Amino acid sequence: MPANYLVRRFAVFLIIVWAGATINFFMPRLAPVNPIRERLLQAVSFGGAGKTDMEAVVATYEAKFGLDQPLWKQYLRYIGDVARLDFGVSIANFPSRASDIILRALPWTLGLLTIATLIAFAIGTLLGALLAWPKSPALLHYLSAPLLALSAIPYYLLGLVLVFALGFTLRVFPLGGGFALGTLPNPSLSFAIDVVYHSIVPALSIVLSSVGFWALSMRGMMVTVQGEDYVNYAEARGLKSRDVFIRYAVRNALLPQTTSLALAMGYVVSGAVLVEVVFAYPGVGTVLFRAIQTFDYFVIYGVVVMVILAIALATLILDIVYPLLDPRIAYKR
Amino acid sequence: MTRPSFGAMARQQPQLTAGLVIVFLVVAFGPVGSVFVDTDLSRVGSAAANTSPSAEHPLGTDAAGRDLLAVMIAGTPLTLRIGFIAGAVGLGIGTLLGFIAGYFGGWIDTLIRGAADVLMTIPGLLFLVVLATSLQATVTVNMMALVVASLAWMIPTRTIRSQVLSMREAGYVQVARLSGLGDLEIIARELLPNLLPYLAASFVSAVGAAVLASIGLEALGLGPQNEPTLGMTIYWALYYTSLLRGIWWWWAPPIIMIVLIFVGLFLVSMGLDRIANPRMWKTP
Repeated sequence: MPANYLVRRFAVFLIIVWAGATINFFMPRLAPVNPIRERLLQAVSFGGAGKTDMEAVVATYEAKFGLDQPLWKQYLRYIGDVARLDFGVSIANFPSRASDIILRALPWTLGLLTIATLIAFAIGTLLGALLAWPKSPALLHYLSAPLLALSAIPYYLLGLVLVFALGFTLRVFPLGGGFALGTLPNPSLSFAIDVVYHSIVPALSIVLSSVGFWALSMRGMMVTVQGEDYVNYAEARGLKSRDVFIRYAVRNALLPQTTSLALAMGYVVSGAVLVEVVFAYPGVGTVLFRAIQTFDYFVIYGVVVMVILAIALATLILDIVYPLLDPRIAYKR
Repeated sequence: MTRPSFGAMARQQPQLTAGLVIVFLVVAFGPVGSVFVDTDLSRVGSAAANTSPSAEHPLGTDAAGRDLLAVMIAGTPLTLRIGFIAGAVGLGIGTLLGFIAGYFGGWIDTLIRGAADVLMTIPGLLFLVVLATSLQATVTVNMMALVVASLAWMIPTRTIRSQVLSMREAGYVQVARLSGLGDLEIIARELLPNLLPYLAASFVSAVGAAVLASIGLEALGLGPQNEPTLGMTIYWALYYTSLLRGIWWWWAPPIIMIVLIFVGLFLVSMGLDRIANPRMWKTP
């Protein structure tokens, strides 16, 4: 793999993270009043047991962001903090650091999202390929219509319906959460089973509502590939229709499909954040939801930067792996 | 040529026709419904709380005493308005940038394409969360639309740019250039008319994406708190744990309406795609 390509691709990764962090810095500052300061002062005037705590937060906040400093100095300091994943403290749960809260939730989100997306990608790609194959059973074409309709529904709304049907009415699955109430996360087998049991319905709602998207994009790719000369030539040579389908059409259509995976990442993550809210799943989405409700700005901004970082990393990995899969791509850009 | 009848259109473009019918019904639901139902009942405390569907309240009431049929009638047009404004603004910016990038190329193309690519990698919902939490004032429906529009231009920019790029070298554009037309004239007289089907399809997808983004923001509690939009109705239903309390008549109607909007827009954009992109005709 040429070092040139790696360097350039890594630069793109840095640009994405930098752009995300920069917008995250300037957007709140465009508002006429500084919302973070307002919120902190409000927490102080609220008084009570947390009063001295909040005064400490205000003091560290003012010192940390140096509001009397010029904007560019504040900005440089902020970028430095982002590089060290230091997002400050949680306002709602005072002594906890925002990065700790987020890092605790991240494995839940990554696990649920990775597994659900891979399952949906595999099923959808297979289905899309079969949809474009003239020899596939007619039954399949009837199946495709409801799946396409499902893909028009946002993940979390399907999740709501599934919780109602499977959790509330039939009572076969839990109503929410990541594990049974009263247990603590521990590395035992029974806990692992419990986690899987709690993840089935959230995962199902992501899979069901994204299969149609993958199927549709794979079908489009297959239509393009099937019009190529090499497919016509393979058919003219009298190769078995199944061989032409798998070895000539599917294999070539599969690769652009991987690119769609990288492009759809942002959409998938946005949807999954809301799925977690519906299921009270202990991931980043639920952390974000609670932070929004308590105006916990440091946690909100921390989640945004962390998720952008995770997505940029995932696309970086996909982009590095992709040319290994497809010899036609010669690491140009 | 005689005007094609509705039946002939339905046979030739079944997806487009079905989609247009669904979208029309959803759009008409608000204005027609408000003739028969008093939308003032969508205000908090206008009826007894948590009653199941009855003759007096056909869709029941929620925990804050809103009549849910009135909420749906008042809220559906608001959600559609957010979608249409955000979709139109997003498509407008996207078309402008796409034309500039595709037609003129060079460094400005690199800049626009780079910005669109970087912003597309980042989940828009999170940016909208930052933007919405930074706005101190109470969010209105129109502000909501502009917030969503701020991230609705990237996909139109990319698709229109690639279209312009391929059309720029087409024979008729070359002829127009040779016969002395200026850049603006070529764009207005040669490129834009040819792109109309694409623009229509892009507009429909942009509206769908904007509705999706606005409902996502609202479900997180970042929408117009005092307006009964579909997303805010879902937020309140989640907030008051209607799911666990079995108040299905609270969350089911907005979901059904949202699904109708998405399925309708999806069918229309698939139908328009078949018109704009004849290669798709091969597949059934």
